[in-house]
Amino acid sequence: MTNHSPPTLDYHLSVNGRQLDVQDAWIGESLLYVLRERLGLPGSKGACEQGECGSCTVVLDGRAVCSCLVLAASAVDSEITTIEGLGSGQALGDVQQAFIDAGGVQCGFCTPGFVVAVHHLLSAHETPNDNEIKEALSGNICRCTGYGRILEAVREVVVRRRKS
Amino acid sequence: MTTAVSTRLREGTLGTSAVRPDANAKVSGSFAFSSDMWADGMLWGATLRSPHPRARIVSIDVAAALAIDGVSCVITAEDVPGQLTYGLIAQDQPVFARVGDEVRYVGEPVAAVAADHPETCRRALAAIRVDYELLTPITDPEICIAGTEETLHPDGNIFREQRVVHGDQSVTGDIVVEGTYVIGMQDQAFLGLEAALALPDHDGSGVELYIATQWLHEDRKQIAACLGLAEEKVRLVLGGVGGAFGAREDISLQVHTCLLALRTGRPVRIAYDREESFYGHVHRHPATIWMRHHADLDGRIRRVEARVVFDGGAYCSTSPAVLVNGISQIQGPYKCPSATVESWAVRTNNPPCGAMRGFGVVQACFAHESQMDKLAAAVGVDPVEIRLRNAMETGDVLVTGQIVDDVAPVERCIRETAALPMPPMTPDSDDYRDIPGGSGLTADRRHIRRGVGWGVSIKNLMYSEGFDDFSTARCRVDDGVVTIKFATAEVGQGFVMLAQQIARTVLGVDEVLLDTIDTQIGSAGSTSASRQTWMSGGAVDAACRAARERLLDLVAERDGLERDSLSIDDLEITDGLSYRRTVVDAARGLHVDETAEYRHPPTEDLDENGQGNCHVAFAFVAHRAVVDVDLDLGLVKVVQVATAQDVGRVLNPLSCVGQVEGGIAQGLGLAVMEEIVVDEGLVRNPSFTDYLLPTFLDAPEVVTSFVEEFEPKSPLGAKGVGEPPCISVTPAIVNAIRQATGRELPRVPVRPSDICL
Repeated sequence: MTNHSPPTLDYHLSVNGRQLDVQDAWIGESLLYVLRERLGLPGSKGACEQGECGSCTVVLDGRAVCSCLVLAASAVDSEITTIEGLGSGQALGDVQQAFIDAGGVQCGFCTPGFVVAVHHLLSAHETPNDNEIKEALSGNICRCTGYGRILEAVREVVVRRRKS
Repeated sequence: MTTAVSTRLREGTLGTSAVRPDANAKVSGSFAFSSDMWADGMLWGATLRSPHPRARIVSIDVAAALAIDGVSCVITAEDVPGQLTYGLIAQDQPVFARVGDEVRYVGEPVAAVAADHPETCRRALAAIRVDYELLTPITDPEICIAGTEETLHPDGNIFREQRVVHGDQSVTGDIVVEGTYVIGMQDQAFLGLEAALALPDHDGSGVELYIATQWLHEDRKQIAACLGLAEEKVRLVLGGVGGAFGAREDISLQVHTCLLALRTGRPVRIAYDREESFYGHVHRHPATIWMRHHADLDGRIRRVEARVVFDGGAYCSTSPAVLVNGISQIQGPYKCPSATVESWAVRTNNPPCGAMRGFGVVQACFAHESQMDKLAAAVGVDPVEIRLRNAMETGDVLVTGQIVDDVAPVERCIRETAALPMPPMTPDSDDYRDIPGGSGLTADRRHIRRGVGWGVSIKNLMYSEGFDDFSTARCRVDDGVVTIKFATAEVGQGFVMLAQQIARTVLGVDEVLLDTIDTQIGSAGSTSASRQTWMSGGAVDAACRAARERLLDLVAERDGLERDSLSIDDLEITDGLSYRRTVVDAARGLHVDETAEYRHPPTEDLDENGQGNCHVAFAFVAHRAVVDVDLDLGLVKVVQVATAQDVGRVLNPLSCVGQVEGGIAQGLGLAVMEEIVVDEGLVRNPSFTDYLLPTFLDAPEVVTSFVEEFEPKSPLGAKGVGEPPCISVTPAIVNAIRQATGRELPRVPVRPSDICL
């Protein structure tokens, strides 16, 4: 036990296409903590700290990861995409709009993680069937919807993209 | 004066799938949950908790924690200026356990710290020295019922003992079936963890708290008492709530956060992690229920007997009310002329239990629906027929003597469920995701057996036993702009959307603003007991109707029109002749401000024989579950759940479907996977790694039908939709597993070993 504050350091992260400064940060901070508490990007949520619930899902160099399990300081050379990078206000992405239209949002706590995960799934696999959708999203827990309306939202995105 | 009924439903009004006003923010990550709240100069708070289920605190030494750089303060029971305990029904739970007193469960708060960083908090908690004298925990409720010399708390070991004696006590049946059923401890497992931000007033005389809760005013009452402040000095604002399901009805971090903020003079945020959340809120009561049904040869129930034991854990919370809910509906949605019930909710050194979606009826329903299948087998009819023969109707009597004067379409719920399509047989495709075990690739198709099971339930709506239950809403129309205010906790269910739908419908406008949800208006009561659509919906409706009448008064006066001729037709005010202006346009320059309270009719306490009109209203639902079971491995896949639910009237179709599907997933969890495993008072699985929740792959296909019979007692004709979906689905699934396996399976959750060993 020490009476001193935890050791800190300065670094940069590349988030949603922007270089952001992280200053005087304890090296033990997770990427989720730094995004939320230091970089003003609270859209990623924490709900289990163990990579079980997917609420904190971000895309790191093209892979969907649980940001609660990534040390922020280890992500300095990576490209990070968070929910804030996928659309807002009048410029929602098609996945976001489908979640609204299909009724996939209740309390909304799991929603950012789901939106990022669906976005990532459909960028890798344009026409997943129901079982492929379910398996790809089985790392994201929703406690409100029972997943039915979320499945419907993903199906809608697949259909809309195919039409366009 | 009534609003003319349009032939079509205008977008966003009652009956349409209006869009949630918070949906855009929620899908884009900008919706502010309580855990997202932040203030300049904010400190982090954290709580030290007992690692022992029962121990006496000999001493607490905080010196080493205070010496750590970045630690602002450490507080214990000595620092609580007001009432030292809190609680919803009995104020028996300490803010912090005191030196010389006992801690009564693993996780009981002992001290709290405020510091500049969560990691500093963690180190400070580790530096606090607490000496405990370990005591032997009492974890078996039967010890408390039998009577013991040891008193776990000055209030005693029994939260409530209640019997029900109804009808002819000498009745025995030609057919008698009985069983003992055990229900495990379920967690609400909302995703949005407990979090709050407290902002002290500059002079330290009061505090503002941003909090995720189900009931702002009850929180304020309890917080103010513990802080030793007048209620008006404690202002609560609803922080975004990431689900609730009953777990946010009790105090958790509210008092601690305020105490730290007032002590440091700085904003303080406490945010639990998942493990602390398991210790920080109450759970669904584990229960043991023995039931014996007496029936005629044709299966008509003549009498039920029951012995019901709910383990309330260390503190009272809502245990007495949960118990009454269970025993007063122990007959299920069936005719039952006589009953004999004895019941207890008791104190132990297990985790405290209280409200969770279904509130006591979940436990009772697992017992009575397990019994109904036994009765069907004994009579020699199928599970649907036995339920139809006994189905309750309007005018039937509960075991409490209360007449069910609601719409009670039990038979229709059963028949409409039975008419819903069955799923295809177990697919013979190669897709492992379609069979039990899923990606574990463990199940053998040749050993999979399909089962179909039924469950039907009754659920009371609103608060019971004499509680003065009301809700408040305010409607302002300023220059054509409509603003609604209420203190109703939006926890995800969509009341914010419903309030807008009501206002659009009553006032004939499309744009409806919602004011901040806080304590700057009268109470809305709790977002629980399936009550807010009825209660706060009733209050918003009444406020909007009052505003509409006043607005028409003012328009008539200003424009020289006959008042009685004016009405709102769609978006326009008209006198039925030549006058026709949009409401928004006609209201320019006018100001209306109306507040309304909605109360339901009073209810009564149960008497010593469990008799009394203790409930307000009831909703009904039927569930049919189809499961595939691997008999060798004990793995279950719930293939489909079909349901027809009595909802009175569908106010928002998409929202109703969301409640049904979400509730079914929670009931599935209790049926086959969710349990807080407690061993001698120790919680063995306080994490999402070890407490299993239904994932996307566990969720069944859900086929839903809404039984719409307008409920005249309800202000909008609608019944609460939230709780019924999670109640009878659990026994429906277990009855399906029983059918597939031939096993009795008296306990939920059903574990693989219960099936295959």
